[in-house]
Amino acid sequence: MAGWPILSLTTFLPLVGAASILVIRGEAEVVARNARNIALWTSLATFVLSLLLWAGFDPAAVGYQFEERAPWLPAFNINYHMGIDGISLFFVLLSTFVTPLCILASWERVQHRVREYMVAFLVFEAAMTGMFCALDFLVFYLFYEAVLLPMFIIIGVWGGARRVPASLQFFLYTMLGSLFMLIALMVLYLNLGTTDIPTLIDQGHTLSRTTQIWLWLALLASFVIKVPVWPVHTWLPEAYSEAPIGAAALLGGVLLKVGGYIFLRFSIPMLPAATDILAPLVYALAVFALIYISFVVFMITQAHGSLRKWVAYATLAHMGFGYIGMFTLTTQGLQGAVIVLVSYGLIAVALFCAVGMLEERAKTSEIAKISGVVRTMPIFAFSTMVFILASVGMPGTSGFVGEFLVLVGAFLASTWLAVFAATIIVLGCIYALWMYRLVIFEKAERADCSGFKDLNLREVAIVVPLMLVILWIGIYPDSFIHETTTTVANLINHYQTALADAGSITVTLH
Amino acid sequence: MGEFPSILPAAPEIFLAGSALVLLLLGVFRGDGSTRLVSHLAAAALLVAAILVLSHTGPRELAFGGLFVVDGFGVFMKTLVLIGAAAVVMVGQGYAERQRMDRFEFPVLIVLSSLGMMMMISANDLIALYMGLETQSLALYVLAAFRRDNQRSSEAGLKYFVLGALSSGLLLFGASLVYGFTGTTNFDQIAAVLAGAPQFKAGIIVGMVFMAAGLAFKVAAVPFHMWAPDVYEGSPTSVTAFFAAAPKVAAVALLLRVLVDPFGGLTDQWREIVTFMAVVSMILGAVGAIQQTNIKRLMAYGSIGHIGYILLGLAAGSEMGVRGILIYLAVYLVMTVGTFAVILSMRQQGRPAEELAHFAGLSRTHPMMALAMAVFMFSMAGVPPLAGFFGKLYVFLAAINAHLYGLAVIGVITSVVAAFYYLRIVKLMYFDESPAEAIDRQDDGTVAAVLVGSAVFTALFFIFPVPISSGAAAAAAALFPG
Repeated sequence: MAGWPILSLTTFLPLVGAASILVIRGEAEVVARNARNIALWTSLATFVLSLLLWAGFDPAAVGYQFEERAPWLPAFNINYHMGIDGISLFFVLLSTFVTPLCILASWERVQHRVREYMVAFLVFEAAMTGMFCALDFLVFYLFYEAVLLPMFIIIGVWGGARRVPASLQFFLYTMLGSLFMLIALMVLYLNLGTTDIPTLIDQGHTLSRTTQIWLWLALLASFVIKVPVWPVHTWLPEAYSEAPIGAAALLGGVLLKVGGYIFLRFSIPMLPAATDILAPLVYALAVFALIYISFVVFMITQAHGSLRKWVAYATLAHMGFGYIGMFTLTTQGLQGAVIVLVSYGLIAVALFCAVGMLEERAKTSEIAKISGVVRTMPIFAFSTMVFILASVGMPGTSGFVGEFLVLVGAFLASTWLAVFAATIIVLGCIYALWMYRLVIFEKAERADCSGFKDLNLREVAIVVPLMLVILWIGIYPDSFIHETTTTVANLINHYQTALADAGSITVTLH
Repeated sequence: MGEFPSILPAAPEIFLAGSALVLLLLGVFRGDGSTRLVSHLAAAALLVAAILVLSHTGPRELAFGGLFVVDGFGVFMKTLVLIGAAAVVMVGQGYAERQRMDRFEFPVLIVLSSLGMMMMISANDLIALYMGLETQSLALYVLAAFRRDNQRSSEAGLKYFVLGALSSGLLLFGASLVYGFTGTTNFDQIAAVLAGAPQFKAGIIVGMVFMAAGLAFKVAAVPFHMWAPDVYEGSPTSVTAFFAAAPKVAAVALLLRVLVDPFGGLTDQWREIVTFMAVVSMILGAVGAIQQTNIKRLMAYGSIGHIGYILLGLAAGSEMGVRGILIYLAVYLVMTVGTFAVILSMRQQGRPAEELAHFAGLSRTHPMMALAMAVFMFSMAGVPPLAGFFGKLYVFLAAINAHLYGLAVIGVITSVVAAFYYLRIVKLMYFDESPAEAIDRQDDGTVAAVLVGSAVFTALFFIFPVPISSGAAAAAAALFPG
């Protein structure tokens, strides 16, 4: 096992699947069936490979594991460098775990050009996984941008009625954001002579404070568009409403979490002085986003609007907790942030898949046209209940663990911050349960849902694994927190030393 | 008189000149029936010349009394020019036959203009520069008007000729000023004069500005770009492909050599001009292309934008910048040849289909062609991990290293704007329904081979970029001795 380039295998295995789908020949029917099967089995194999990562991961070891290096651009001192730590491990697992589920969710929805869809999906998975494994900034950037290509095609070809503007908006907005990140990358490279992430983390704090602040803001520009933060969020409702459901789930479940990952991987460890100064900005953005988005979700519920938009915005609202947690720079806050990101990744995928199941039956995702499905779909109602409760942070689900830890961290940093954050949890409860009542219980005349069939085997195969993992994190979180402890301790330690070195006053711990 | 001067450094040029004459004779004696043969031989001659060029590995060498220089920079650029020209000759043949313009003069003219380009690249003297430039330009004027029975082609030829003559005039005027103020036409001596006697600078600067303007015409940098869209659209597509590929590379090479070698001492002065041209070219290239409906016009604006990025690298005024430009050019050449291979294949019932609307639904009817085109478009937009991204990366890197942050930010924003129109083509091919009248089957084996080759290069460049990047590094080092 040692000596195997297991990270590269995990990253590039989906591409092998994509290539083999491309060479299928035969009747359209056969091609479609084979393409689906190959895609599913490839993504499952990738998931198994990534489980090997978890099995072989040493939680006590400091630094990066499963490292791989190969010369790539020797003239520029840029190398292909892969490796994971306790934080990225779970992001890798998250993407490999949800991809097969999202493929299952697209199983019957995608009926035309199945082969191309599955190829795009697998390419997307490869880029996504590679992004979390990369330990070189340029390699990371390549994967980060490569994600856009398949997603652009997926939204544009298999999306809804307004798919073309949605795909263009998605692509151009995110490209603009990532180009700012590219500038930051180049400035870092020119100042420190390398794009190797561990080296950058080691030496980043030697940059002058002004440089750090500019770099930090450039990363933030990329982040606010990708995540996205008001007022550059307009691509998001479009993309989520128009994307095919499997892709929307991946967008909300994994891609949205990249913003948090950028903070954890780049902004905080590489630019400690800027982080120290600008952390309040993140708090402000997060709290503002939480309130604004909660309001939007509220309005959607009240107007009986689109469930897709509902889930998209609700997912965004939860991300705010992640950012608050990270920037408290406390052990609880950071561990909570990782759990929040992963758990809301799972919940977002689950909710999107649930919306997709309703869409398949009702041919719409408007709350106005769906009601009282509990009578015909009890299994669906039950599983969705679990997901909704997880999303509002019910103890025993993954949502609780993350939010609790973040709130503890927030209290350590500032009482007011914790008060704000806790209030928002209550807001979240209101709209989530209200929506659930409208869709699942209310027997309204506005919609006749008596003809809906309950979940079939394929759909059960989607919701059960998600439910199990969400409960697992909720009931025994230590199997996850345990893996991140050393990495988080190390990150905080590094941050404090770097700040002390820079002669700056540490105000993060009271 | 001493011994007979060594002509060995010019062996590729001499070989190419001889080949052009032989091909011309062959065509004259055997008539238009021999076009296909002449065309194949021309491509072979260009490739052989490329091999001869590459066989020079030694240090910088001068020939013909210092008029002619062979160095690593020239080797890199000439190889690009020759490969580009050979590829165009190969893909253009089928198009010419279908358009009934398959005259043997076409490949011969391309060989002759390539010869001019090689002389331009190797020029080490104002006179040699002008000779090379005019050799290529004269051939290009004829090529633009090659379909003389077609009004637009004739118009393109005339426009190109008038503006080309004007730019040559500017260049000559500038050269004469430089000669008058330095007393020499030799690049090395001009550099020496500039290094030694700063009091001459005013007149030399005026001359240098005129020369830069003349060369900016040739690369179609804003504000000297007006000819490009009309000429691109009006010329036969195979000629447009040639315009977009080889002469662009050669003219950039000449611009680099002139500004870096003789006028290296005036970097601070020309940087302002180059910066200005870079900014306006990037902006106009991005904005101007948005409302185009003809793919050739769109490519013209696209190439103006690309020149903007290249000038961005030049504005850095460093070896790093030149290295970035060389990588950018190599990538640009491959993408351009590939894109034009697609455009040349696009026809409806035998007639060229050059409107953007013709691309609608291409992914259904021609999946491989659409895929290749999508790769080129994403690459031109600079989306990683495709080759075009690396071109932009190195150029931006040089600009930031020279603290041109403002320029880099403008470049970033314009590349997003430019991405819009490149994406629009992908959108047409993949998202839209195909029109009632389908595009003909692509049955030209040579075009398919060039298409696949360039698409694979563009898509997989990131796996093994070392040969190009180290070649470019060596070439850039040769331009900045010491």
